[in-house]
Amino acid sequence: MSTDVVPGFVAVVLVTVATLAIGTWGLRFSRTTSDFFVASRSVRPGLNASAIGGEYLSAASFLGVAGLVLTFGADMLWYPVGWTAGYLVLLVLVAAPLRRSGAYTLPDFAEARLGSRGVRAMCSVLVVAIGWLYLLPQFQGAGLTLRAAIGAPAWVGPLVVAAVVLINVGSGGMRSITFVQAFQYWLKLTALLLPACVLLAVWAGDGAPDPTIGAGAGADFWSLPLGEGGGQGLYVTYSLIVATFLGTMGLPHVVVRFYTNPDGRAARRTTLVVLALLGLFYLLPPVYGALGRIYAADLAAAGSDTLVLELPRLMVDGPLGEVLTGLVTAGAFAAFLSTSSGLSIAVAGVLSQDVTGRRYGARRLSGVSAFRAGAVLAVVVPAFVSIAAPDVGVARTVGLAFAVAASTFCPLLLLGIWWRGLTAAGAVAGLLVGGLGSGLAVGWTLVSSDTTGWVAVLLGQPAAWSVPAALAAMVLVSRATRGQVPAHAGRFMVRLHTPEAVQLER
Amino acid sequence: MNERVRVTGPARRRATTGDRSGTREIDAGTELGRVYMQSLLREQLRLALGILGLLVVTVGMLPLVFHLLPGLAEVRVGPLPLSWLLLGVVVYPWLIVLGWFYIRRSEANERDFASLVEEVER
Repeated sequence: MSTDVVPGFVAVVLVTVATLAIGTWGLRFSRTTSDFFVASRSVRPGLNASAIGGEYLSAASFLGVAGLVLTFGADMLWYPVGWTAGYLVLLVLVAAPLRRSGAYTLPDFAEARLGSRGVRAMCSVLVVAIGWLYLLPQFQGAGLTLRAAIGAPAWVGPLVVAAVVLINVGSGGMRSITFVQAFQYWLKLTALLLPACVLLAVWAGDGAPDPTIGAGAGADFWSLPLGEGGGQGLYVTYSLIVATFLGTMGLPHVVVRFYTNPDGRAARRTTLVVLALLGLFYLLPPVYGALGRIYAADLAAAGSDTLVLELPRLMVDGPLGEVLTGLVTAGAFAAFLSTSSGLSIAVAGVLSQDVTGRRYGARRLSGVSAFRAGAVLAVVVPAFVSIAAPDVGVARTVGLAFAVAASTFCPLLLLGIWWRGLTAAGAVAGLLVGGLGSGLAVGWTLVSSDTTGWVAVLLGQPAAWSVPAALAAMVLVSRATRGQVPAHAGRFMVRLHTPEAVQLER
Repeated sequence: MNERVRVTGPARRRATTGDRSGTREIDAGTELGRVYMQSLLREQLRLALGILGLLVVTVGMLPLVFHLLPGLAEVRVGPLPLSWLLLGVVVYPWLIVLGWFYIRRSEANERDFASLVEEVER
């Protein structure tokens, strides 16, 4: 082992140990099945918002954005903007009603609202599909990071992350994970903020060269906030905006966090704090992208995902550079751990209700054992896929997960919360149209390397057509089957929208 | 807000009989109760759509504006290109302001609703 790998190795070990230690400490508070699923719904807004920020800021935010900005310029700033604005959309349309619905998971919500086992089953399949699609790039990113930091083979990263996540999720469930996630938000922020300050000081010491003029051609293209190529560029940008603004509310690991709030009011306050925490964090990746343009221009062509990890060493010599490298490596590793944990909890929650918790013959697992079995299933499948199929494209896969969520759960939540007239048949139709449409696009994008022409553009970024199609299908089929509006729809609206302080039958 | 009671069973009947509070109208599913609920829903939805409209008009129009006026890509504010200043910095406080405003208004709507339906008509 050369001295180059020491900071990365120390960082990864420290983050792993801290994660396990905090998880074990949180275990003392986990007693019941309710603790496992939703931390017994007693997490305060400040802690809960840190936890949401911690699990939301994934590899794509920590590493991906800076690299994309370095390569493509200002239009990639739409990713962090969309990922943050998604919480504003969630706040105004979904946050409080979703909490007041009193359901554990998205399939629970669908079943309670529509009274249909069929819709429930479809939602369960979708949660698992979106969860796995999102977990895949996390595991792959972990492989990349460990290879860049300590020269480990690509399968070590997924294995370490999967093991740590399983130990934490399996032993303490939601309650202990809440503390881990909250810690990891602040770790990630520090790991990006401190090196950024030092690097900016170095940049100022060099006479503050201008990044937009720096590296050769394409200066004005680099500061243009929409994709290249006229109409297609405009379509791609707007489709990305639709996917990220509307997809956030449909991500299973985000939604499950809202059930841990004490009430609807707290759910709103939590979301506002999340907006602030994300806004603070997302100020930083573009700084790395811009500095990379001056000091690491050759990375733009060859693997820009490692920009954040390599920039400190490129700009600062000696021990300080090593320490900063260790810090960003620790942040990146925390990003994989926290996002994977959150997703695993969401997927495990659904699997334990609908798969591992069912009666098989005479045997049936208890609540907590079923949750643990679900967690194993939730983690092991994508971990193996990520090792077997090592190169799918990290940022692309995360973008597609958002598009699928926006095309399926977003229409279901919007209409389920705001429109009495939604029927089970309408929901099924909309989920099928949105799920198959965006699913087709995902499949096509993952196998095809073609990225030019309108077909490639429409399939590569499907949200702008698949979301309206799913919404239209839900509304039209619901209108056609209006006799089947659930009898309890009115009562359910009362539960979703009235403040808890008013005494009503819910 | 010091003590909050979550009601999951049948509504409690108040000791006094003969009064018709809004909560009873809603629980009984009367036409008046339906009107109460509709007014709350409509108020909240109008607020939400208003906030989203502001978001679309301000943030959502940026790509179109930059598409129609390509010269904006070269505009600078101090050391930063305008697009970087807007998308990298200004947008985040703006989102927080929108969220803060929404919370204030939606809680006011809920307070109005609560005082309306809890008022006892005799």
